[in-house]
Amino acid sequence: MGRYVARRLLLTIPVLLGASFLIFAMVYALPGDPIRALGGDRPLSPAVIAELRERFHLNDPLYVQYWEYVKGLFQGDLGTDFRGRPVLDTIERTLPVTVKLALVAIVFEAVIGLVAGVLAGIRRNSFFDNLVLVSTTLVVSIPILVLAFFAQLLFGLRLQWFPIAGTNEGLYSYLLPGLVLASGSLAYVARLTRTSLAENLRADYVRTARAKGLPNRTVIVRHTLRNSLIPVVTYIGADIGTLLGGAIVTETVFNLPGIGREVFNSIRSQEGAVVVGIVTLMVFFFIFFNLVVDVLYAVLDPRIRYD
Amino acid sequence: MTDQQQLDLRKDAVEAGTTTGLASPSVDVTQERQNSLWSDAWGDLRRNPFFWIGAVLGLVFLLMALVPQVFARGADPRACDLGNSRGLPSADHWFGFDTQGCDYLANVVYGARNSLIIGVIAVLVILLLGVVVGAVAGYYGGLTDGILARLADIFYALPLILGALVLLRVGPSTGIPVINSRGPGAVAIALALFGWMTAMRLVRSQVIAVKSSDYVAAARAMGASSRRILVRHILPNAVAPVLVYATITIGVIIAAEATLTYLGVGLQRPAISWGLQIEAGQDSIRTAPHLVLFPSLILTMTVMAFVMMGDALRDALDPRQRA
Repeated sequence: MGRYVARRLLLTIPVLLGASFLIFAMVYALPGDPIRALGGDRPLSPAVIAELRERFHLNDPLYVQYWEYVKGLFQGDLGTDFRGRPVLDTIERTLPVTVKLALVAIVFEAVIGLVAGVLAGIRRNSFFDNLVLVSTTLVVSIPILVLAFFAQLLFGLRLQWFPIAGTNEGLYSYLLPGLVLASGSLAYVARLTRTSLAENLRADYVRTARAKGLPNRTVIVRHTLRNSLIPVVTYIGADIGTLLGGAIVTETVFNLPGIGREVFNSIRSQEGAVVVGIVTLMVFFFIFFNLVVDVLYAVLDPRIRYD
Repeated sequence: MTDQQQLDLRKDAVEAGTTTGLASPSVDVTQERQNSLWSDAWGDLRRNPFFWIGAVLGLVFLLMALVPQVFARGADPRACDLGNSRGLPSADHWFGFDTQGCDYLANVVYGARNSLIIGVIAVLVILLLGVVVGAVAGYYGGLTDGILARLADIFYALPLILGALVLLRVGPSTGIPVINSRGPGAVAIALALFGWMTAMRLVRSQVIAVKSSDYVAAARAMGASSRRILVRHILPNAVAPVLVYATITIGVIIAAEATLTYLGVGLQRPAISWGLQIEAGQDSIRTAPHLVLFPSLILTMTVMAFVMMGDALRDALDPRQRA
């Protein structure tokens, strides 16, 4: 197991560097001259422009710029934006918002998804089962963008249950965006649980348990559910990384000051260092949680052995 | 040969006394075996209501993209009268009017064409990239596979919307032909460039799975070239999963296009697009919610059509589901 984890960790390095270089190379080609824009109405003197271009390595070829960036990265320095604010500070300010949002989403996903999936799985082809099938198809098909607007219209403006923007009401203001962000994964968790449970209910060991005369409840909770949840738990784990990276639309529509909205604003205002920094962080989360899940898989399912 | 024809054939044979109707080799076994996957799948599909709902919605959407004037009830999306600004839906104008006073039904209906063009182009490019890269990686293995699989990992770690967002923001200032056009082509290419990995992995795993089978060895023994083995003997195995994937992906791409356009980097005015309509409508979400409601509704139904068809196809083509 130790060797497997070490090998996987080594393999993440080229992926992390590759992804950050890809974004770096694209951002490098961002239109306009950010230095000139800094001056605003009063044009900067040529000497100042030259000095600033030198300081931000804007005159060097792409690979030199990237090398400078990576050197800083390993020392925990993500660079500064064009106003001189460290990118790390921006991330420290915005990351907690996104983490809270992702946590709320995970809770929704796990609780609602699991309950719906279990109830549908134990009574296949019942009314509730069909309801889950139809509603998950519907939810999967609604783009996050549309769902966000409908949630704002219905729960925010009509019913006035939730605030529709900002984080003024603490954790309460994360509920609606969290639910919207979770919707797609929630539907997937419900379906995964349903299929997995229905499949395991046909297994021999379940028949044995019933033959022993165990009550239905024990058969489902103690014997079937435990095995059926393995793929679900691993899916939810891997989804954390996806949610952290996928919060761009949700945070923009609900006006939450997290890394998703920050990276979107930085793309628009050509803040290359912020874009590369946040995207690298998102990629790191994605890779990290996928690794955790792969290891977790072996812990949960004794039939799986790495090495 | 359809199921019905096969049943008929069997019935004829039984009645003619040439067979007992039990399993017997005179019942054209070869034909049945050849058709089994697809004809069984069609039999499944025919009985799946989700498939029919998806197919009908998809057909309506296709017609909407081809002949929008029929669905727009004769209204011109660009003929506007400011006096009608944000007019509510009525019997004459089913979807009301937008802020410029243009007939909203016509605008929403004319938006279908761009969505379909982007969805189809992006998926075609995804299939091209996915099949070529996946087949090469799976067939040659070794270092080639290692490098290509790592490349796919890199793209996979970047969220689709984020990658396309950066590329489209940068696009217009670069010299790359299609990418700098700000048109449907640019959006389609950007989405395909960050969305080809799943197709590649599907094809790669299928190729690896059948590469060492006897019939491939037989083909090689008969002197078939690598290319012929790949194209004629290995790739046909990947058709079923790739078809399912492609159907669902058209829906995913259409949703992604609307999102990118909403965020301001996709299609630009004066193009007609659901993303632009939602973006323009959100300012008046309190006073004229129909401006966000109608394009959202049609967008959702379109995505749903492809997701439903894809889901039904998957159920039908998955042999494990069959008893």
